[in-house]
Amino acid sequence: MLRDAWLIAVKDLRIEWRSRVTLSQIVPFAALVLVLFGFALDANRPVLETATSGLFWVTVMFVAIMAVQRSTAVEVTDGARRALLLAGIEPIAVFVGKTVAIAAQLLVVQVLLVAGVIVLYGASVDQWVLLLVTCLVATVGIAASGSLLGALVAGVRARETVLPILLLPILAPVLIGATRAFDDALGSVAVDGWAWLGLLAGFGAINLVLGALAYGVLLEEI
Amino acid sequence: MTKINQTASAPTGTGSRFTFWLGLTVIVGVVVLVLLGFFAAPEDDEQGDAVRMIFVHVPSALLTYVAFSVTAFGSLMWIWKRSVWWDITAHAAAEIGVIFCGLTLFTGSVWGRPTWNTYWDWGDVRLVTTLILFLIMIGYLSIRSSGGDEGATSTRAAIIGLVAAVNLPIVNRSVEWWFDRTLHQKSSLTDGNLEDMTLFSLVVGIAVWAAFFLWAMIHRFRIAWLERELRVGDLNEAIAERRAEALQDESTQR
Repeated sequence: MLRDAWLIAVKDLRIEWRSRVTLSQIVPFAALVLVLFGFALDANRPVLETATSGLFWVTVMFVAIMAVQRSTAVEVTDGARRALLLAGIEPIAVFVGKTVAIAAQLLVVQVLLVAGVIVLYGASVDQWVLLLVTCLVATVGIAASGSLLGALVAGVRARETVLPILLLPILAPVLIGATRAFDDALGSVAVDGWAWLGLLAGFGAINLVLGALAYGVLLEEI
Repeated sequence: MTKINQTASAPTGTGSRFTFWLGLTVIVGVVVLVLLGFFAAPEDDEQGDAVRMIFVHVPSALLTYVAFSVTAFGSLMWIWKRSVWWDITAHAAAEIGVIFCGLTLFTGSVWGRPTWNTYWDWGDVRLVTTLILFLIMIGYLSIRSSGGDEGATSTRAAIIGLVAAVNLPIVNRSVEWWFDRTLHQKSSLTDGNLEDMTLFSLVVGIAVWAAFFLWAMIHRFRIAWLERELRVGDLNEAIAERRAEALQDESTQR
């Protein structure tokens, strides 16, 4: 199963690498959102510094929607999903593989976003370890629920508009938890960031299990 | 194509003798509730007339959670047993639940303005959790109305129903930790602070709204069942027509 999952992840990442969509569209979009927040908050440095964590994670949510949409589009085109099933790959391997691929792309974007908030918003990182662990754990949760919902909307006609409606409310705990943990890592608000990691880990674990259970049902049906 | 097992025969209309009397009871109940709520129940010492909002707010909040629990259970039964009956029940409960959830949020904010001096409080766990639940269930309904294969749509919606049910405790926990404070009252029914007449009116309110919920569920269920029969009937008819055409072509060719 793990070997198949690895194959799926490598396949998705190879497609991304060759098409350059993440690099040429998603990364510039993330940078653009950071700049737009700067305009919207009137380039007010103290306000930007206080709001950095929240703005960072809202940007990640937007990027996640794009990444999930890309990951879904790859499978919908030319009935690739049916071909995967016909190849005898277990649905759970497809789920894990696609989750890993989405997570990898999100992490790349987050590295650039961290650099972005340091340069544009004047943020300074107090605890690098907390920051890195938060990014990793939150990303697992986002990617797991993202790849499940991506498969869920795959056959829906207006999937581009339905996906954000479904995904964003479910990701609310990640937005809250990761923002608070980042507040601590950036030293902008005095909270215990490590305590929030437990919640993020719980969200990630539950959505991994849910996805693993539900993915098979979805792929058989559609 | 999904294999489905039908669990009951289709109804021919949305009303019955039972729903007629149930509907009548609801109308009488609403009149009694209005009289009790506006005239019999006294003003609250602290909240004044705003306390009367609980005769709508508390029952609709309770029924929201009942409705969404039915949706979650129905979703499970669709995935597990492929029960069309439960699938339609889950859909009906979700629609009615969204209406009650909206009503809960609306009456809550109207009540909050004079009492808490604000329409909305971000630090309140129940408020924010209920709003997120409302938004997730709007997503559920948009999947339901997205069209396409009947069985696939039901499965998609069922998974959303279950994802909502499983994630809700985490949403609740996250909001609770987020602000670590709440303005919300403890349960109005059990904290013992309500006047006798107010408490009595509240219990009547819950009974009346529950009866309305049942009435609406039965009608919505039957409408959904008839719609489904129509779609399946149309499809079968179209297939039969095409078959007849094909047979005709074959005989003329001979």
